[in-house]
Amino acid sequence: MSEGTFGDPEIVEHETDILIVGGGMAACGCAFEAKRWAGDDVKITLVDKAAMDRSGAVAMGLSAINTYLGENTPEDYCRYVAADLMGITRDDLVYDVGRHVDGTVHLFEEWGLPIWKEMDDGGRVDGANWEKRGGKLLKDGGKPVRSGRWQIMINGEGYKPIVAEAAKKALGMENIFERVFIVKYILDKNNPNQIAGAVGFSVREHKLYVFKAKTILNVCGGAVNVFRPRTTGEGMGRVWYPVWNAGSTYAMAAEVGAELTMMENRFVPTRFKDGYGPVGAWFLLFKAKATNAFGEDYATTNQDMLKQYAPYDKAFVVPSCLRNHVMLKEMKEGRGPIYMDTPAALAALAEKMTPQEIKHLEAEAWEDFLDMCIGQAGVWAGLNIRPEQHKSELMPTEPYLLGSHSGCCGIWVSGPEDIAPKEWQWGYNRMTTVKGLFTAGDGVGASGHKFSSGSHAEGRIAGKAMVKFVEDNKDYKPELGQDIKEVTEEIYKPVRTYMEHKDKTTEEDVNPNYITPRMFQMRLQKIMDEYVAGVATYYQTNGIMLEEGLKYLGMLKEDSVHMRAKDLHELMRAWENYHRVWTGEAHLRHIMFREESRYPGFYYRADFLDLDDENWKVFVNSRHDPETGEWEMKKVPHIDLVEKTYG
Amino acid sequence: MPTFVHTEKCDGCKGGEVTACMYICPNDLMKLDTDRMKAFNQEPDQCWECQCCVKACPQQAIEVRAFQDWVPMGGAAIPLRTDNAIMWTIKFRDGEVKRFKFPVRTTPVGSIDPYGNQPEPGDLNDQLLFTESGMELPVPSN
Ligand SMILES: Cc1cc2nc3c(=O)[nH]c(=O)nc-3n(C[C@H](O)[C@H](O)[C@H](O)COP(=O)(O)OP(=O)(O)OC[C@H]3O[C@@H](n4cnc5c(N)ncnc54)[C@H](O)[C@@H]3O)c2cc1C
Ligand code: SF4
Ligand code: SF4
Repeated sequence: MSEGTFGDPEIVEHETDILIVGGGMAACGCAFEAKRWAGDDVKITLVDKAAMDRSGAVAMGLSAINTYLGENTPEDYCRYVAADLMGITRDDLVYDVGRHVDGTVHLFEEWGLPIWKEMDDGGRVDGANWEKRGGKLLKDGGKPVRSGRWQIMINGEGYKPIVAEAAKKALGMENIFERVFIVKYILDKNNPNQIAGAVGFSVREHKLYVFKAKTILNVCGGAVNVFRPRTTGEGMGRVWYPVWNAGSTYAMAAEVGAELTMMENRFVPTRFKDGYGPVGAWFLLFKAKATNAFGEDYATTNQDMLKQYAPYDKAFVVPSCLRNHVMLKEMKEGRGPIYMDTPAALAALAEKMTPQEIKHLEAEAWEDFLDMCIGQAGVWAGLNIRPEQHKSELMPTEPYLLGSHSGCCGIWVSGPEDIAPKEWQWGYNRMTTVKGLFTAGDGVGASGHKFSSGSHAEGRIAGKAMVKFVEDNKDYKPELGQDIKEVTEEIYKPVRTYMEHKDKTTEEDVNPNYITPRMFQMRLQKIMDEYVAGVATYYQTNGIMLEEGLKYLGMLKEDSVHMRAKDLHELMRAWENYHRVWTGEAHLRHIMFREESRYPGFYYRADFLDLDDENWKVFVNSRHDPETGEWEMKKVPHIDLVEKTYG
Repeated sequence: MPTFVHTEKCDGCKGGEVTACMYICPNDLMKLDTDRMKAFNQEPDQCWECQCCVKACPQQAIEVRAFQDWVPMGGAAIPLRTDNAIMWTIKFRDGEVKRFKFPVRTTPVGSIDPYGNQPEPGDLNDQLLFTESGMELPVPSN
């Protein structure tokens, strides 16, 4: 849409039974499962802001499936997830993912995803060649190559197109809307707290979409670029999690009054500096060590620092936040940079290898980047870094908000009927506290470490429950509780603002009548960075800083009605940033409420530096009341359903 | 690290409504300049460098150039993708070139039959996914 041609958008109304918002791993899982149960009389529609073949966090590909249980039990999985997330997770949800996830991985393999295999002689073969060597499918007893207790290696460049193909075939392209950005959900006119629809716009055509649905799956991924990234200038889009996941999941749920949980949790991954390249394979598969500037293994020398975080310090895998905690000490005390000693690791491996095997090993090391973080390969190439010769710097990134990777912020959902205690169950598995609104993947709080496979499996779990919801609510006729003309005006306001004021100044970007989505985002990032424990303060904050931050966020939120949009692309940016502000606000409010430092290394409440299990081994839940606009915060008791032993 | 388009290679996808690069970019960055019939990245500093557009371009007209606010000039990572494999050329700043090839898929594109060979769904009221029909699901052993 070119400038100046905006009139009134065409309003397209669409009625369906099940609406899937998002086209990523969870969405594809839901489409695949729900369609099978639905039969012909239940209509399923999917809407994605991008093209499903390459949308979401798996767009580029992945080099590992991080959740495959194999010989482990779901109980083991619950213990591992709880340990990494410092004790506060929902065992019912985690267990549920654990008992279903392997079946999903078997489907991926059947569909064509190449999974590395370990041969009987101990050798490893990539995912396209094991058949020739007499290997087997995982489901028939084939042995995956484990890079860790839970991770299996894949040739995963084509992961997303494969998973999307199955989902698209299941639903039929006629039921899929690509390039439609959903802005908000709408509650039912007659039943408060029941979902009735969703509204969004096409970024390709001058159309506004109004979906009416009996039930909605809200799966738009996690939140990126809420905090100021370490990258600058042209590199700002090269962040770790996918730059296009803007927290829509959390924001849209909060706006209609869904209860959120653990929004104080964040993930600050340590990655290769500047390219954000993955370190998992280096640590786990190649057995590399991280050192400080002087070659010291700081994880060992600083071990005593972790005693105060017992029992989590004794976990089989030390929690990610605690690993950051000991690294930050080195950095703050001037013993940086932190290095990954890749030459030593490769040399040690090469000692036992033939030249051909060494060449293969080198390819494996590069593939780890090329499958899921090509930018890091570009950084190494530009800096002449060769892992067999040069150590590489590591850096903790800016904070990310997500619920499927190594984080657990998200939405409070009903658990599986056969596991969840009464207080964690109010009807349908993975339904939020808003009737008919479901979520999965990055959307479900208090149950991290699902990753790609677990998110797909969780989408399937939700998909089945949603079909049941439709069966049980045959008579429900959703009626939108808001006037569509008003909603249209609200969504298109940035365009109207631009048209009205653009000629009043000689340079359209500098205009006192509006704010560009770009500057809006930068202001958000500065507030979050400086007041809510971003990289600027070495991840520290305190109650007063948070109050200041909330004040500035409030003003930013007020200014959101003055964002401009000069085309449909910028209109999407405006609403993405609106979603980011909501996500940032929820994060801030939760950190403010939890008066302890539960995740040292991810963030510190400098005024409450301790881990306080006595008072704070609880979930923190919040709810924004759509009627009054007030936020209510509360503690929710934590229960272990699986006995927790660490070590 | 933004993408750029080689002027002489891009043919605007021969005037199609939506070009391959526009269709695929997960961040809606690639745009067709309809006057010149050439594509360009409309917001280079929001590029994730996923190279989805690079892999999709039928003319191999798109490349990624590292972000100049940090990375020295001269390096590159260039893919060439077919339906079942991807070839990478890594060019170092100092001129060395490395090549790698990896599989991307073991089945023909378009061959997935989502419900073929799968069991019929069982009971909508229990916790079994349809592929798990007849199985017994574990519950926590506490
Ligand atoms: C760099 C990186 C490395 C990773 N490494 C691994 C790994 O090695 N192994 C592993 O198993 N997992 C890994 N993961 C995790 C995995 O990718 C995620 O857990 C998984 O993709 C989450 O699924 P999801 O469906 O919740 O979100 P996504 O897959 O991100 O899907 C989100 C979807 O929502 C759409 N969307 C967003 N906003 C809107 C809106 N407003 N309207 C409409 N649509 C919208 C997006 O286009 C997308 O389709 C990695 C992720 C990243 C980013
Ligand atoms: S896909 Fe390639 S040829 Fe087609 S418009 Fe884009 S850059 Fe040009
Ligand atoms: S590299 Fe990825 S983010 Fe960048 S323009 Fe291409 S498809 Fe879009």
